Amino acid sequence: MIRLLLAILACALATATAPASEKPVLRWAAATDSNAPYAFYGPGNKLTGFEYEIIQALAGEMGREPVFVPNDWDGLIPGLARGLYDVVICGIEITPEKSAEVLFSNPYYVTYEQMVVGKSSPPVTSLDQLSGKSIGTLGQTAALAMLKKTPGVEVKIYDEEVNAYADIVNGRLFGVLLDYPIAKYYAFANPNLRFTGPPFGQVTYGIALARQNHALAGEINAALARIAESGQMRDILSRWGLWTPMVADTFGQPEDPSLPDTEYRAFVASTTEQPTLWNRLLGYTRFWPLLLQASLVTIEVSLLAMVFAVALGFTLALMRVYGPLPARWIATVYIELVRGTPLLIQLLVIFYGLPNIGIKLEPFTAGVLGLALNYAAYEAENYRAGLLAIPKGQMEAARALGMTHRQGLLHVVMPQSFRLVIPPVTNDFISLLKDSSLVSMVTLIDLTGAYKQIATQTFDYFGAGLLVAAFYLLIGLPFVRLARFTEQRLLPANHRRPTRRH
Amino acid sequence: MLKGVGFSLGEGDLVSVIGPSGCGKSTMLRCINGLELLDSGTISAAGSTVSRQPGSPAGPEISKNFHALRQRVGMVFQQFNLFPHRTLIENTMLAPMLVRGIPREDAEKTGRALLGKVGLSAMEDRYPANLSGGQQQRAAIARALAMQPKVMLYDEPTSALDPELVDEVLHVMKELDAEGMTQIVVTHEMRFAREASDYIIFMEGGHIVEISNGDEIFTNPKDERTRRFLRRFL
Repeated sequence: MIRLLLAILACALATATAPASEKPVLRWAAATDSNAPYAFYGPGNKLTGFEYEIIQALAGEMGREPVFVPNDWDGLIPGLARGLYDVVICGIEITPEKSAEVLFSNPYYVTYEQMVVGKSSPPVTSLDQLSGKSIGTLGQTAALAMLKKTPGVEVKIYDEEVNAYADIVNGRLFGVLLDYPIAKYYAFANPNLRFTGPPFGQVTYGIALARQNHALAGEINAALARIAESGQMRDILSRWGLWTPMVADTFGQPEDPSLPDTEYRAFVASTTEQPTLWNRLLGYTRFWPLLLQASLVTIEVSLLAMVFAVALGFTLALMRVYGPLPARWIATVYIELVRGTPLLIQLLVIFYGLPNIGIKLEPFTAGVLGLALNYAAYEAENYRAGLLAIPKGQMEAARALGMTHRQGLLHVVMPQSFRLVIPPVTNDFISLLKDSSLVSMVTLIDLTGAYKQIATQTFDYFGAGLLVAAFYLLIGLPFVRLARFTEQRLLPANHRRPTRRH
Repeated sequence: MLKGVGFSLGEGDLVSVIGPSGCGKSTMLRCINGLELLDSGTISAAGSTVSRQPGSPAGPEISKNFHALRQRVGMVFQQFNLFPHRTLIENTMLAPMLVRGIPREDAEKTGRALLGKVGLSAMEDRYPANLSGGQQQRAAIARALAMQPKVMLYDEPTSALDPELVDEVLHVMKELDAEGMTQIVVTHEMRFAREASDYIIFMEGGHIVEISNGDEIFTNPKDERTRRFLRRFL
C-alpha cells in the first residue's frame, strides 16, 4: 500500500519536472498577482507586462529560451537562493541590504515614489506632513523604508496594491506611497483618487541573481546594453507609457517616447469598463481550465497528505500508547511541537528553510509533506483516543487465548479502535482540504492560487472568492456526506444490526 | 497482594476458590496464566512450568513460558470480554487460526460444534452486543474451549449476570466437569461451590486459610476465619 503511494507520488513529481528543450534556458521568476504593469496575466490569461517584454528581449539577445517560474512576492529571493530559477525580475529595488543577499544586474528601470490620496484630500508636498496619518504601501519596497524613517506615520503594509488603493476609497487609509508605475496603473485612472506631491526619492530596479552567478550577470548586462542601444528598450517602455525623462537619462536616449502608449491604454480600458453581470459571468468561463486544473491539485495534495498523515499518525499513536519510554517521549514531543506551531510556518520552513541544509523539495512534495506532517499529529491524537477507548479486558482476553501482544493489537484492539476513529478522521480530512489552501504559499497553483490569479486579473475579489469557495464546497461535500454516514453507521459499533442467514 | 500460596490439583478436578472481596483470589487466578506477574514462585500447568526466583527480573524466558502455558490454559472473565467487532463464530475462530495456525474451515467446524455444545447454535452469526449476559458468558466459554485447553480458569464468571441467567452458565461448567475438564473457579456462588467442587479453597488477606475436601468446609469448617465468612451460608 505504502509502496503504491510512493509510486504515485514519484509519478506526480516526474510530471511536475518536465524535460526542457535543447536551447539553454533562462528560468525567470516574478510574482504575477496584482503585478501590472511589471509581469502579469492580461486578457486571455496570457503573461504580459513591461518586465515580461524586457526578459523576452534579453533572452532573445542571449540566445536562451525564457522559462517562467511563478512565485509569491515574499518567496522570490529565497527561491533564488534555493535554485528554483536563475533570475528574478519583479520591480526589485537595488539597495545595499539586498545587494548583500543577491547579485544585481545593471539597472533596467529608474523611477520614484508617487503619493496617491483621496480626490478631496489636501495636497502633500513633503512626507513630514503625513505625521499621524495612515499610509499604505507594499512590503520590501523603497516606499516602506521612506515611510519608516518619517516620524509619526502609521504604516500599513499590504500584499496587493489593489487593496491598498481600495482602502483609500474605503476610508481606511489617508494615502498610498508606491512606485510610480504601480500608481500610474492602479490609481491614475481612478476618479476617486489623485496624484499629489513631488517625486519622492529615486528607485532603481535591477534583475536579481544568486550571489555567485557572476557569469550570467555579465551575460545579462551585455544584453541589457544592447537592447538599450538598439532602441528596443525605449520601444517597450514607450508602449507601456513608462518612458520618463528619468529613464531616458539613464539609458542616454531621447526623452520623447518612440511609440504611443498602447499597452497602458488597453490596460486602463480593460479595468475601467463596467461589465454587466452577465458579461462578468461569461468572463469567468475562460478560467474554467485553470479552475479544473487547480481543483485537481487541491484534491491530489489533500488526498496524498491525508494518506501519509493517517499512516504516520497511527505509528505515532502506537508509539505513544504501547511503545517503550524513549519512543513514547519522541512521539509526545513531535505531537506537541507540531500542534503548537502554525501550519503556514511549517510549510515555509520545509520549502524555504530546508534548502539551507541541502534538502530541496519540489513545491508539490513540500506541500504534501507539510500537510501530512502537520495532520499526522492530529491523527495521532485521534488514534490514541481510539486505542485508549478499548477496554483493557480486550487485550487480556486476547493474551489469555494465547495471542502475542502484537496479535492482540493487530486483530483485537486496532480493528475496534479503527471504527471509533473513522468519524473524527473524516472530519479532519475536510479541514485538511481547506487547510490545503496554504500550499499556494509554496508556489503551487491550487484553488487558492487560482483565486489569486483570477482576482488580480478581473479585479473582482468578491466574485472570484465566491467562485473558488464554491469549488472547495463542491470538493468537500462528498466527504461531509461520508462523515455523516460513518458517524451514523459506525460510531456505536454495538448498534450494528445482527446479520441473519435466511 | 498474595503472601505465599500453594496448592495442587489433579486432572479432572473442579476447584472452587472462595473468600471475601479483596482476599487475593482473582489475583491468584490471574497469576496462574501470567496476566499478573508473580514476584517469585513456580506455576506448573498442562505441561508447562514457569519459575521465578525472588528478586530476579522477569526476563524473556518467563514471557515465553507463559505464552506456551496460556495456549493450554483457558480463561473466562467476569465481564466476558468477547470481541465486539466479531460474530460469535468468529470469536471462537480467531485464536485457533492465529495462534495454532488451524485452517479456517477446521476452526469454523470446531467453533460451530462448541457453540452448539453451550446451546448457542442459533446465535453463531450474531454480534456479542445482541446477546444476553448469560449467552455472552457461554460464548466466552466456547471461545476458550476452542483452544483445546487442559485447564479452564474462571474469574467470577457469574458475578455480572442477572440471577436468572446464572444457572445456564453453571450448567455448562458442570457439563465440562462431567467430561473430565480440570477447572479452577473463583466464585461467590456458594451453592455451586458446594455441589460441584472436588476441593474448595478459602482465602483471606492473601493467604490460603483452608483447603477442604468436597463440601466439608460447609459442614465442618476448621478455621475460625472460615467459620466467620461462611456463617451466613451455613
